[in-house]
Amino acid sequence: MSAEAHTSTEYIKHHLQNLTYGQLPAGYERGDGEVLQESTWTLAHTAREAKDMGFMAINVDTMGFSIVLGALFLFLFHRVAKAAGGQAATGVPSGLVNFVEWVVEFIDSSVKGSFTARNPLVAPLALTIFIWIFLMNLMDLMPIDWLPRVAGALGLPFMKVVPSTDPNATFGMSLTVFALVLYYSVKMKGVGGFVGELTLQPFGKWGMPANLLLEGVNLIAKPVSLALRLFGNMYAGEMIFILIAIMFSGGTVLALTGGVLQWAWAVFHILIITLQAFIFMTLTIVYLDMAHQEHH
Amino acid sequence: MNINMTLIGQSITFAFFVWFCMKFVWPPIVGALEARKKQIADGLAAADRGKHELELAAKRASETLHDVKIKAAEIIAQAEKRAGQIVDEAKNAAKGEGDRMIIAAKAEIEQETHRAREALRGEVAALVVAGAGRVLRREVDAKAHADLLEAIKNEL
Repeated sequence: MSAEAHTSTEYIKHHLQNLTYGQLPAGYERGDGEVLQESTWTLAHTAREAKDMGFMAINVDTMGFSIVLGALFLFLFHRVAKAAGGQAATGVPSGLVNFVEWVVEFIDSSVKGSFTARNPLVAPLALTIFIWIFLMNLMDLMPIDWLPRVAGALGLPFMKVVPSTDPNATFGMSLTVFALVLYYSVKMKGVGGFVGELTLQPFGKWGMPANLLLEGVNLIAKPVSLALRLFGNMYAGEMIFILIAIMFSGGTVLALTGGVLQWAWAVFHILIITLQAFIFMTLTIVYLDMAHQEHH
Repeated sequence: MNINMTLIGQSITFAFFVWFCMKFVWPPIVGALEARKKQIADGLAAADRGKHELELAAKRASETLHDVKIKAAEIIAQAEKRAGQIVDEAKNAAKGEGDRMIIAAKAEIEQETHRAREALRGEVAALVVAGAGRVLRREVDAKAHADLLEAIKNEL
């Protein structure tokens, strides 16, 4: 897969395709013209194959990177937690411990500022969201061809490095958060209270259909906006990196311009990735806070 | 960009991470932070207490010093008084002793005088007898004139 063989469109499409593992049905004609004798579990070699695998397929790169990053986050924080528990805070905290405690205090104050009820789940949830999303977004700062080239050398057809540019990842999180919102809404207010909240306001019981429509949209908008905001930002950022990367094959002047642009966009992107992680976290806290409140 | 099983996989992964974080990461770190906060607060309180105690100790020390000074002055005054007494006593004793010595000396002088006079008297009597003997050119019988000589000796 040398760069010369690709047109710009192919280059972009290639970068936006996940490494998908799934089942192709019998009689399916693959990208290279091979016709499958029986249904086969395999990696998709073209975007069309990935699409035709349907729902029963998995994006190996998204899962892999997100799990590795999440495990890294939990490993580091767990080590600090163990060290902190072991010494019972006797010594002067060192570098990593300081950093982790600083992050934890930052999350703790954010949660205390926006979340009025008592729930031991919310703060760890916020911490996980913030760090995990931040790490996933951080992959965006890696030069976009490095890992796909390595993967290409290893024989993998696609490699999408940033998990948060995959809507599966962002919706996976936002739907989990949504499930928590529904769970705590019902738990705190009861089924009746929750249904009442959806149907009896803002227009009173005679405006029930209008209420249901408004509140329903309001409710559904939460997970959708949560997921799409993160996905959209990261996807757009990734797209700009790809477009800049195309300049590298356009001669010396364009390549130099591209280098400067990439640097500038990367610096700006540091702000975006942190901000997106923070927004996702804060909105999660706010939604859960609303779920805990009797009246709003 | 197809929605597929990854969605469910990511949800499960996310839920697991949150669970792990809630179980093994968040509580110990927050606990350690609380412990450190408490430790620092305790340390500050102890420092305050120490400072307070230092102040008290300084106050006590200055009070003690003051008492000691007063006591020392008393002792010095007593000592001076006692020294004066001792000097006076010594003076009196010395004076008494001197007086006694003078009296004794006087007595001795008197005795010596007396003895000298007696001796002188004897010598004078002998001289007188010898003189008289020379004058009379004859030996005066001392025995015969003993009572005479005795009378002369007593007159001297």
